[in-house]
This record gives sequence, structure tokens and C-alpha cells, in this order.
Amino acid sequence: MAGLRLRSIKDLPREELFNPGHGLCAGCTASTIVRHLLKIAGRNTIVVNATGCVEVSTTMYPYTSWKVPWLHVAFENAAAVASGVEAALKAMSRKGLIDPSKRINIIVLAGDGGTYDIGFQALSGMLERGHKLMYVLYDNEAYMNTGIQRSGSTPLHAWTTTTPIGKVMRGKLQPKKPIAEIVAAHRIPYVATTNVAHFMDMDKKFLKGLQVEGPSFIHVLQPCTAGWKFDPRYGIKLARLATETAMWINWEMDHGSFKVTVRVPKRKHVRHYLKLQGRFKGLTEDDIEEIQKYVDAEVERINKLVGAQVIGPLVED
Amino acid sequence: MAVQRLVVEQVRLALSSNQAVAYAVRDADVDVVAAYPITPQTTVMEKISEMIANGEMDAELIHVESEHSALSAVVGASAAGARVFTATSSQGLELMHEILHIASGLRLPVVMAVPTRALSAPISIWNDYSDLMNTRDTSWVTLIASTAQEVYDTVIEAFRIAEDPRILLPVMIGYDGFAMSHTYEPVYIAKSPERIREFLPRRDRVKLDPNRPVTMGTITPPEWYYELKYQQVVAMNEALKVVKETDKLLGELLGRDYEPVETYMMDDAEIGFLVYGGVYGTLVEAIDTMRSKGFRVGAARLRLWRPFPVEDLVEKTRNLEKLIVVDRAISYGARIAGPVALEVISAYYYEDDAPLIASVIAGIGQRTITEDDFVKLAEVYMRKGRDSPLYRESIYWGVRGVEVK
Ligand SMILES: Cc1ncc(C[n+]2csc(CCOP(=O)(O)OP(=O)(O)O)c2C)c(N)n1
Ligand SMILES: [Mg+2]
Repeated sequence: MAGLRLRSIKDLPREELFNPGHGLCAGCTASTIVRHLLKIAGRNTIVVNATGCVEVSTTMYPYTSWKVPWLHVAFENAAAVASGVEAALKAMSRKGLIDPSKRINIIVLAGDGGTYDIGFQALSGMLERGHKLMYVLYDNEAYMNTGIQRSGSTPLHAWTTTTPIGKVMRGKLQPKKPIAEIVAAHRIPYVATTNVAHFMDMDKKFLKGLQVEGPSFIHVLQPCTAGWKFDPRYGIKLARLATETAMWINWEMDHGSFKVTVRVPKRKHVRHYLKLQGRFKGLTEDDIEEIQKYVDAEVERINKLVGAQVIGPLVED
Repeated sequence: MAVQRLVVEQVRLALSSNQAVAYAVRDADVDVVAAYPITPQTTVMEKISEMIANGEMDAELIHVESEHSALSAVVGASAAGARVFTATSSQGLELMHEILHIASGLRLPVVMAVPTRALSAPISIWNDYSDLMNTRDTSWVTLIASTAQEVYDTVIEAFRIAEDPRILLPVMIGYDGFAMSHTYEPVYIAKSPERIREFLPRRDRVKLDPNRPVTMGTITPPEWYYELKYQQVVAMNEALKVVKETDKLLGELLGRDYEPVETYMMDDAEIGFLVYGGVYGTLVEAIDTMRSKGFRVGAARLRLWRPFPVEDLVEKTRNLEKLIVVDRAISYGARIAGPVALEVISAYYYEDDAPLIASVIAGIGQRTITEDDFVKLAEVYMRKGRDSPLYRESIYWGVRGVEVK
């Protein structure tokens, strides 16, 4: 990472620190995220991974996909474990037990379940204490590792195995918890949301997150072929559609200043995003309109926050 | 009992067991402490905070938001190569339970002090050993101290045991909440920590190091899991040897000798008690009283709970006619409900000349155990032979409404 400047894709380091041959699904966008993340971070990195798809699919003993030191302890405590790693490096370099001149990146990698729900307390504690580490949330909007159960991140009306689209209940009854904003409320130096389709946006945010003093939090939307039920080739397309429909907005909060980093002059109807995914199959027009209304309100709120129309009006093509 | 010899220069202080822990942690040059307050552990954490704030101790203190995170943080720090410490009691130890197994499974030399306390519900801040006994199968080397002096010595010893390359297992040191954690006793501590630090050399081990990347905490399929767990079995068994060796080295360093099972007046005793923790002091007094009246009674205390020192125990208690095991924890629904009693009975199963073994539950939620209780218990069992039901199941001593005849 040292001295890395990102102007274009050509600046991305060629070195691969995430090996192929792992067990993630064909078309899983989590591996794309991790591959980019390690390119940006480089070798001087320690990864703490929460239990979840990435953890189980990349470390089937005696194999590993990781060319950097990697630690998994449990599901809900990755932020606490990484706090310990950071404190250890601090104390040991102060005592001369390790090279004090070397800067080692500490990265937490956790899913939405491990962040929004069961890991929330450990996350909040870590943020409040101000450890210097980067927390990367790969958000596939459900507990995928255990077979697609609802999480606090699952969007409104989405099907999961625990929020079926039934005769009385229409998928998940609540919208996503605004986790990145809750994290930002901890007033840490850097919080960003990003999206694997906009990989330069994502990679720049990883780089910034690693450079700031204090905790940073990068929230990445990660389309999941198995859980969202789409053709494996559409992962990146869906991620892009998420931004184009404003189902997802790429923003950053850099030392308190808020900015939408991917502007959307003309917004598409959410239908374009929903119809490619089996998890929204069976929704009625009314359900879809309810989702659209929710997104419209979000867009209005964000535009107001920025003080300009960074996300444009709905334009039907 | 500890024998005093002058070895390393030491100073005498009046310390509670909790403070003795803090001094030992300081002298052991711990790098990272993570802890969360709970009665009766709190003053351990407070004393360490004070030492760090005054620059007397060079460590990172992580003010975690729970005990689950406390153990998780020291697991992370230990994986990164640091010497780590935490402490908790009761509900805190229960909250850590998931990570207790992970600390040992990852083979990390974490050291933890546990001033023991009863468990909710109903809530009780007072002492018994229900919390510590619930950790029995977590693969932590578990020592139980009976004086503040022993607490100081054992915490120091624990780092050397945990970091021994032959075992690499976490170590827990239990002692009585309140009766020890908050009671002041004279304690000798090293005058300067240098010799303690020589006793605890920094050893290289597998850790999170970008120059030598490792993957720790993998998912492990049926083809491998059992072998990894069996390695833990071997390490735990090996730990018995390591603890005994370290006891000897500690004796040479500090002049105080410890053994997995310690005894008092046991040589010609007919009836013996086996206890653990601070109540041993009360028991020894009771033995003196009974001896002065001509009764042949003796005392033993279990200092090492895991790995369980079967041979030491049998060797030191086999000449008894009767062995009364007093537990301060209950295994509900078991006929023999004392965890240590169960273990003692199983240790004797293949021995030809086993004493009659009785299981007594006492001291639950700090129902006080006095000398008089030991005297009365000795009187009860003196009169009872093999056919008495009092050996068939645990008796609940000192509980209202239950009369032991
Ligand atoms: C304490 C605990 N509860 C439940 C589980 C079971 N579990 C393992 S992974 C997982 C879901 C992970 O979901 P998420 O964090 O979103 O990651 P993903 O698998 O979707 O990548 C669950 C429920 C566990 N391992 N530990
Ligand atoms: Mg998920």
C-alpha cells in the first residue's frame, strides 16, 4: 500500500494476495471485493475475518487462499479480536519486540450478519475506543453461510428462508438498517459505502480507509448469486443497477464531511433491479411501488443532506 | 503448604488476592490486558489501570464493552504474538464461554484470573465455584490458589506454563471471590521484576506476522478435525508434567513450593478432607483442633484441577479410610453432584484399596464454612460405614431444611 496512488485501473498492483481455488460460488462478488482489497492493502496486512461465507470458503484446512496473515475467531467478535491485534502491535513495537518502523494494516472482514446484528456491540465498542484499523463490511443482505436467513440488512420485501413471500407476509417487513450512518454517528475519521461494480470508487475508499488515523468503515454491496437468485454472470451488472436505481448510494463521510461519490443524474425505476432477482419474485405491483416510494424518500433525504441534486429524478426509458 | 526460602530478593506487602494478581501481571511484563468489570474481579482491573496510568506497567489496556470482547481481544493480541492477560468472574466467565474453547483450540497462551463467584439466577455476588467448574471441558489448564501469596506466585507461573512450547494452552487461576479477592494478607513480591522476566523468556511461536503469513482459525473438515482435537488431548496430558516442572522452577526462584495436591497431617490420618481454594486455611485450623482432641484427621487440597492429577491424588489419599470431598459447586441432577468428588471417584475406580469417598456440597453462594462445619462433618462420617446412604449421594451441608443424620 505504501506510496500507492490510484488514478486509473492501471495503477492497481498486479500482485495477487488472494489465491484462486477457493470454494465461493461461481459468480460470487465477495471474491472480487477481497481480491481488490488485498491488492490495495499489500503484504503488510493482517486480516481478521468474522464467521461467514468468505471465512468458510477460503480456508478449508489444510488449504488457504490467503497470502497475508489471517485470523478467524468467531462470528460476533471480529471487531474485538482486531482491537486486540492492534493493541498487540502497538505494545510490541513500543517494547521493541517487533519492528516499530513497519506499518501493518489491520483489516476486519465481516458479513452483514456479523456486523448489523450479532457483531454490532463489538463493532460499536471498537469504534468508540478508536482503534486504528479498517472494518470492511461485505453486504450480501442475509445470512448466506447458513442458507439465506434474514439479517438486519435484508431489504424491504426481500425473500429469505425466514421471511418467505407468503399469503399474509410479503418477505421482509422492514427496510435495511442504516448501518453506515450509525457507524458515522460514532464520529470516526472515515466511513464510506461503495459497490463492487464501481471498483475504482471502492478501491480508492479502501486506500483512504487504510490511510486515516483511527478506525475506518467501508460498506460494500456484494450481490450474491445463491441468495439473491440471479444468473451468476449478472453480479456486477446488478451492483451497477443498485446504484442506478438508488437502491444503493455510494457516499463517504471523510472527517465529518459528507459527499456522494457516484452521482446518478437519471435514476432508473427499482423494477429494473428487482426483476433480475429471484428473491423479489412474487412481489405484487403494490409491493414494488412501496419499495420505489421508500427509495424516493431516501433520495430526497440524501439530496437534502448534500444540498444539491446528486441523485436525479426517476426517468423511464 | 508453601515453604519459605530466600531466593530472589522480595518485599513484603499487604495485598488482597486481586491486588496480588495485578502485581504479578506487572512483573510478568504483560503486553495487552483486556477486561470488563464485574464483582469480585473489579479491583484486579482497577489496580492494573492504576499501574498503567502511573507508568509502573507498560501494557495496552483495552476497555472492552463486554467479557466476550475481553477474551476475544486478548485472543487476537495473543495471536499477534503479545503476552496477554484478562480476568473475570461469574456472569463474565459465562459470557466468555464460547471463546474459552477457541483460545485453547487456537493454542494461545492466554492467562486469566478468576476470583470465583456464584451464578445467576437468583443473582448472587458472593462466592462459590459454579463459574469455574462450568469451564471444566474448555481445555484450559486450571489452577486453584488458596492464599494471596499463592495467587501472586501462580499468575507468574501461569505465563511460563501457558507459553511452554510443549503445550501452548491457556491457563486459568481460580481463587475465592471476597474471602480472598478482597481480603488482605501478607504477600512477598519480587523486589525488582528482572528475575521474574528471566523466568518468563519471550519465546517464538506461530503468530500473525506479515513476513511469515499463516492462516489461523480455519474451517476444518471431518478428515482433520479429530486429529487437531486429539493434539489438544495430548497437550493437556503433557501439561501435568509441565506444571510440575514449573512448580519446581518457581520454587527455586521464589522459595515457595507447590504441588498439584497438597496435604496436611495426612500420613496417619483415617479421615481426610479434600477441598480447593481459600477454605483450605479454615480446614487446616479445624484439623489442628481435631488433632488436639486425638482424632486422626488430615487435609488435602486440589491445586491443579485441569489436567486432573490422578496419580498425585491417589498417592496422597490412598491410606485413608474415608475421604470427604467438599465441593462448592453443584452438578444438578447428578447423584454425586460435586464436580471434584465425581473426578475423585473416577480416579479411584481401578484402585483396589480405595477409601470410602463422600461428596459434600457446601459454601454455595457463600454460605459460610467454618471450622466447626469440618469438625461436625468429621463426626458424621466417623460414625458411618460403607452401607450408609451418605456415601451414595452428595449431601447438602448447611442448607436450611435439610438435616444430615
Ligand atoms: C454465535 C454464533 N451464532 C450463529 C452462528 C451460525 N452462523 C455462522 S455464519 C452465519 C451467518 C453469516 O452471515 P453474514 O455475516 O451475513 O455472512 P455471509 O455468510 O452472508 O457472508 C451464522 C448465522 C455462529 N457461527 N455463531
Ligand atoms: Mg451476509
